[in-house]
Amino acid sequence: MGKIVLHRLVQAMMVAWSVGTLTFVLLRSLPGDMAYRIAAGRYGYDNVDSAAADAVRAELGLERPVLEQYLGWLGDLLQFNLGTTLVSGAPVSQELQHQLGHSLLLASMALLLSAFIALPLGILCALKSQGKLDLASLIASSLLRAQPVFVIGLILILAFALHLGWFPVAGFGTALHLILPSVALALSLAAVSNRVVRNSTYEVLHSAYFEFSRIKGLTARQTFLRHGLRNMAVPVVACMGIQLVGLIEGIVMIESLFSWPGIGHGLAHAIFSRDVPMIQGTALTLGLIFVFINTLIDLVCHWLDPRDNRE
Amino acid sequence: MRARLIFRRHLPRQYGHMMVMLLVAGLFTGCHSEDPKKTLTIGGPFEFTSLDPAKDGYIYTRMQLTETLLDVDAQGALRPSLAKNWTVSEDRLSWQFELRDDVIFHDGTPLDADTVIKSLGVARSKPGPLNKAPVTAIAATGTHRVEIELSAPYNPLGAVLAHYSTQILSPTAYAADGTVTSLVGSGPYRLSQYAPPHKLHVRRNDQYWGPPARIEQARYLTGHRAESRALQARSGQADIIYTLDAPSLKSLSSADNLNVHSELIPRTILLKLNSGHPFLNDVRARQALSLALDRTGIAASILRVPGSEANQLVPPSLRDWHLDALAPAEQDPTQARRLLAELGWKPGTSGVLLRDGKPFRLRLITYADRPELPVIATAIQAQLAEIGVAVEVEITNSSAIPSGHQDGSLEMALIARNFGIIADPLGVMLTDFGAGGGDWGAMNWSQPEVHRLLAELGAEHRRHEYLQKAQRVAQLLADELPLVPVTFYTQQIAVNKQVKGFRFDPFERSYHIAEMELED
Repeated sequence: MGKIVLHRLVQAMMVAWSVGTLTFVLLRSLPGDMAYRIAAGRYGYDNVDSAAADAVRAELGLERPVLEQYLGWLGDLLQFNLGTTLVSGAPVSQELQHQLGHSLLLASMALLLSAFIALPLGILCALKSQGKLDLASLIASSLLRAQPVFVIGLILILAFALHLGWFPVAGFGTALHLILPSVALALSLAAVSNRVVRNSTYEVLHSAYFEFSRIKGLTARQTFLRHGLRNMAVPVVACMGIQLVGLIEGIVMIESLFSWPGIGHGLAHAIFSRDVPMIQGTALTLGLIFVFINTLIDLVCHWLDPRDNRE
Repeated sequence: MRARLIFRRHLPRQYGHMMVMLLVAGLFTGCHSEDPKKTLTIGGPFEFTSLDPAKDGYIYTRMQLTETLLDVDAQGALRPSLAKNWTVSEDRLSWQFELRDDVIFHDGTPLDADTVIKSLGVARSKPGPLNKAPVTAIAATGTHRVEIELSAPYNPLGAVLAHYSTQILSPTAYAADGTVTSLVGSGPYRLSQYAPPHKLHVRRNDQYWGPPARIEQARYLTGHRAESRALQARSGQADIIYTLDAPSLKSLSSADNLNVHSELIPRTILLKLNSGHPFLNDVRARQALSLALDRTGIAASILRVPGSEANQLVPPSLRDWHLDALAPAEQDPTQARRLLAELGWKPGTSGVLLRDGKPFRLRLITYADRPELPVIATAIQAQLAEIGVAVEVEITNSSAIPSGHQDGSLEMALIARNFGIIADPLGVMLTDFGAGGGDWGAMNWSQPEVHRLLAELGAEHRRHEYLQKAQRVAQLLADELPLVPVTFYTQQIAVNKQVKGFRFDPFERSYHIAEMELED
């Protein structure tokens, strides 16, 4: 386990450097004048003109040699300073805290809700495999997965905000605001994970070791808790870990629909306006979060199934 | 079977516990106690990220947190605000402002001349209308008197001083380098919650110098998606929603709880042309492109605002610059083909016109900040194809227009130009059609009479002469088409019937919250 952590620490450092460097190189390779892009991000399309671009260029020293700018960023990074955004002028860390905090909250809630839907449903389907519930779950999962999550969100708004009036249509700041976006995401996630749970449970329930533990005299409860849960959990944890990673970066449509201040939306805007420190800071933080989540999944899987010690 | 029993006996209890924990965790995301009856909620697509008035100041004047030296009415006429009166010297090089002496900022600091000088000094140092004005000095001539000196007469100065970028903030709002660190204004509302880029809450300022606001609290929520904004209006979550999209209009108009307002704003969708391009340097070529456009189709089918077709650049609301007698712009592809034939263009085998072996092919750039622009661009692409002009549409960033203008690479751009950036359109006219053209205006087009008239208008204070010159400029622009008008803009707003006293500001400087009331 110590090896896993050490390995991941080195990986995290490499990710921080390579993601930041790659972002830096890629953004400077893009066509179009950075100063104009930043000016458009700052002053809006009505006010972006060559005078605004010149002012931005002078203020930010965009004419400085590229290597000097890169080394400046690297030096700041070594001091854990992500710089300030070129558009709003606020510290990148502050913007990240606001946006990433909301993204993590939404993603965690969505993942938890999806687990609450997927686990019992998947297990029940495995217990009654090929039954009516299993078939219904398969059809519903396929239908839900085929819908863009945006459509699921819109249907939820129409039903629960417009017609029933239980929840607000959009916004953030209260528990009620969190429900519809997280349920929309959870439904989309559970559409996949309930089938993973179902298949995993099915395999465990029909495995030779499960049968053997019953034959050797363990009670049904003991068998399920000792041999069933752990074995079925490994693929489920791995699947949900991947889902969480995808969620954090990929919920931009739900954020837009529900006016939720997430990192997906923030990153998209930062890219439009070439806000290099913001993009670097976001990419770097997301990279580190992914390493952290992967480490966590590895550790959990390692704990669940300690037989594989190759790590 | 046994496994099923285990699941039934044990998991549901644990599951129930976890659900309760989840709900409790959800409740920790924070609740705010605001009386909905005392709170007005406004939604719009406008994001804000910075406290800097030069960047996002419009949202602070709209929410009535901050004020400017002067105000403008719906017709663009100057009105007193923080300055109770003003005079212009005979040579029009000096503007004197007398400030109100009863204004107190939200932090308790009283307004004086030094405060105004500080705020205007910061505004002048940043890109914006004040930076473009020929200001040489801003000085105090008394504790409540400010003088602005100019190097040349500049009539739009009053409108510049009503622009959001020139809002006056308390001295405590600024850091030493002029950065705004807190939003301390003097408006009828003060900031209560600030969560960029989405949420801005304000609370009534009981020390306001003017008539007190009736509504106690107001909230602004950025709604990126038009569908979401429309649903907020329908559900009653928001009281006022700005910038409704065309598909939502019908259903919102029939909603029992809403009134939908359609208000003309001084913004025009137009084609910016590179008049120096070998294909476009003759006025007949530009006229041909204009004649090919089906404006009625664009207005009715894309914008869904029939009657918004534009026959000239400046909309009717800016009366000095609008030609009432100008005939509507009709689609006439036959006449368009004839004009192009006069210029030597002949039909090619692929349907694209040819001249000297070169096809009539142009690149049209536009931007997606206004979602209707890419759709209109593809409609124009199809309409120009009808007369043999091949257009390649490229959706890019808005900054590609000034950038393409400067490096000469721009051929044609579809833009939504705001002639009311400041309430006096002369400011935009000078920028767009003055000598050398403008980043968002004429490109490689020179009309000495227009340049001369615009220069004269900067100093013209006789009403009749001003009107004559402005109308002459409008006529020359309509004749020579350095920019081809497509449609005028209409702001569509859904207002809940509980809101009384709603008023729309065509210059979009204020939401006039302080004048509204909420009925139970």
